[in-house]
Amino acid sequence: MARIDVKKTYKLYIGGQFPRSESGRTYVVNDASGNLLANAAQASRKDARDAVIAARKAFGGWSSKTAYNRGQVIYRIAEVLEGRRDQFVAELRATEGVTAAKANTFVDAAIDRLVWYAGWADKITQVVSSANPVAGPYFNISSPEPTGVVAVVAPSGPLLGLVSVVAPIITTGNTCVVIASEAHPLTSITLGEVMATSDLPGGVINVLTGSVAEIAPWLASHMDVNGIDLTGVTDAELATALEVAAADNLKRLRRAPEATVDWLATPGTDRLTDWLETKTVWHPIGV
Amino acid sequence: MVKVPETHEDRSLRSARSHEGFEYAPAPESRSIVDIKPSYGLFIDGEFLDGHGKSFKTISPASEEVLAEIAEADESDVDLAVKAARRAHSRVWGRMPGSERAKYLFRIARIIQERGRELAVLESIDNGKPIKESRDVDIPNVAAHFFYYAGWADKLSHVGLGPDPKSLGVAGQVIPWNFPLLMLAWKIAPALAAGNTVVLKPAETTPLTALLFAEICQQADLPPGVVNIVTGAGATGQAIVAHPDVDKVAFTGSTDVGKAIARAVAGTKKKVTLELGGKAANIVFDDAPVDQAVEGIVNGIFFNQGHVCCAGSRLLVQESIADEMLERLKRRMSTLRMGDPLDKNTDIGAINSGEQLKRIRELSEVGDAEGAERWEVACDLPTKGFWFPPTLFTGVTQAHRIAREEIFGPVLSVLTFRTPAEAVEKANNTPFGLSAGVWTDKGSRILWMANQLRAGVVWANTFNKFDPTSPFGGYKESGYGREGGLPGLAAYLEGTH
Repeated sequence: MARIDVKKTYKLYIGGQFPRSESGRTYVVNDASGNLLANAAQASRKDARDAVIAARKAFGGWSSKTAYNRGQVIYRIAEVLEGRRDQFVAELRATEGVTAAKANTFVDAAIDRLVWYAGWADKITQVVSSANPVAGPYFNISSPEPTGVVAVVAPSGPLLGLVSVVAPIITTGNTCVVIASEAHPLTSITLGEVMATSDLPGGVINVLTGSVAEIAPWLASHMDVNGIDLTGVTDAELATALEVAAADNLKRLRRAPEATVDWLATPGTDRLTDWLETKTVWHPIGV
Repeated sequence: MVKVPETHEDRSLRSARSHEGFEYAPAPESRSIVDIKPSYGLFIDGEFLDGHGKSFKTISPASEEVLAEIAEADESDVDLAVKAARRAHSRVWGRMPGSERAKYLFRIARIIQERGRELAVLESIDNGKPIKESRDVDIPNVAAHFFYYAGWADKLSHVGLGPDPKSLGVAGQVIPWNFPLLMLAWKIAPALAAGNTVVLKPAETTPLTALLFAEICQQADLPPGVVNIVTGAGATGQAIVAHPDVDKVAFTGSTDVGKAIARAVAGTKKKVTLELGGKAANIVFDDAPVDQAVEGIVNGIFFNQGHVCCAGSRLLVQESIADEMLERLKRRMSTLRMGDPLDKNTDIGAINSGEQLKRIRELSEVGDAEGAERWEVACDLPTKGFWFPPTLFTGVTQAHRIAREEIFGPVLSVLTFRTPAEAVEKANNTPFGLSAGVWTDKGSRILWMANQLRAGVVWANTFNKFDPTSPFGGYKESGYGREGGLPGLAAYLEGTH
């Protein structure tokens, strides 16, 4: 008799833990041929708020780590992902119905993207800082600091898409709450398992699965969220509503892209700089 | 004669007495250098036109004298201005070599210097700020801003946005009344250097220097439509922000209006920078150089009558030196000279408007009602115009409205702390994050504090310093984007990577 395999329960990833939705709700996720893959957790407003609390709690520690250390942790995520690449290739094939070659391309790109951003951790400050030659006897220097807690609506690629939006946010010391691809959420939760075993402190990345239209407005209006990335929002009306809500505490905003994004292309630095604040410090010079 | 060494008490008594008996002779700057016209139109496409709105009056806040009748731009006027700006962008300014744009900006900078005295006097008349400030701070900084950004116009490939960054197009800019011409310079200089054209609305209480700037653009032969100045109140500003052909909105003003702008541009492709309110903590440690700290506190809150978004309006003083610091502070405040903005001896001028005076009074009364203790400089206020004496509140807690809300006037709230961690906690306990001050002799503590403070500008052992090369702007609800320096230029460019 064939062995009965052990199926995984896909839950949320909040504060380094894998809780079910407090609402007790799940939704059916099918594979590309319409067969049941799993029941994903359907996150609620309360889950979103819990995730923000976890992200805020993690912000102080993560943002005050040295840039070198953050780079090491992000590189470690890439290492662990590399070690589990077969699992991700299989999951992408099952959930999205892509060929083995394509699934391999996405996994390669996701790993390489993590390595790329890991390298940025201790460089972006040098690229965007300045010593300012003010007209007076003052030391004056501008350097970037992380914005804080960033909410993200991830694009549809559950691995490469999610990594591409989340990695730049945490590279500079921000923490985030990300709503995974609504249609293909499972791989994002598996990715949470990679994060949880990569020395990434709990709460730095929090992954919610469920309805974007339901959860995103709570994050957009949340007064303890400092920025919102609408990359994965495909409904223009929802994007506008989220932008209006985000104005309540003047969240930094990244709008949904106007054209289709080629996630395989090498990114620019804009996803890093979008979530940075410039701080300028003055001090008199004298004896 | 034998000299008797005086005691501390003797000295303070004598200085108090001599202060009472000592009078300054008035030293007014002449008004004759400025020719204020009875009425002003809108500056659109290089010409002054009548507006279609209801005209309004601008007055001197020091005397309530009517200075001029100002045209109000309605939606159709704003549309005309945006069209002129679009035309100028696509036909002239946007395709002009950067080296040529630079020369126009240098020219403007030079004319501002040439007409600096005139601009300073006009600014003080219309705004109420002391001539000392408009002459020594505002106008020199205006010229410096144009000089700084002029030199960037032909160096955009070095900004860090790729080999050939592009201008955004038409910038709609709305500025406040506290530094009328300086805010104009912060907005217009980088926008033009980057190749954008602008439609700018000055504040309704301080339109005059912007209109004189329009004349300077004519003198500089700036191509028509590159700079358009439309005067009016909130509705005119809304029309600019909402205009579908505006590519970039830049606003300096209140956080409430900033939020309304963020909502108004939702769902559009407009880029936005917002420079909004603040409630800066000025933190004084027990090892601070005391005299410099007192000067810094005074400058931090009473500079420009406290009409400064980055004003050090919350004094956080270490408990062990609080009494001494307050005593010295009060003594120093008593020597501040308040009165005629055009008098060269004046330290504190007039509150910019009756409306603002009302807000300052209301919030101060809330301070009384909530149990804080008010102390103000005893001085005779002029009978005409809008005046508020330099004031401080002690016994302020973090829950008090005067410790949370921006008063935008010469009112200082004093709180105390014991440890650096407590100072940081209190300083950051605000939805704002524009600026902060730190006073201590210990270098490592300055750097630690500077790291911990969630504010866009940190002044250590100094306060309220500004420079065109130095980025300025806030964290959190103090807005987003930076003005000045490289980030100030990048805010008007699109990368080509």
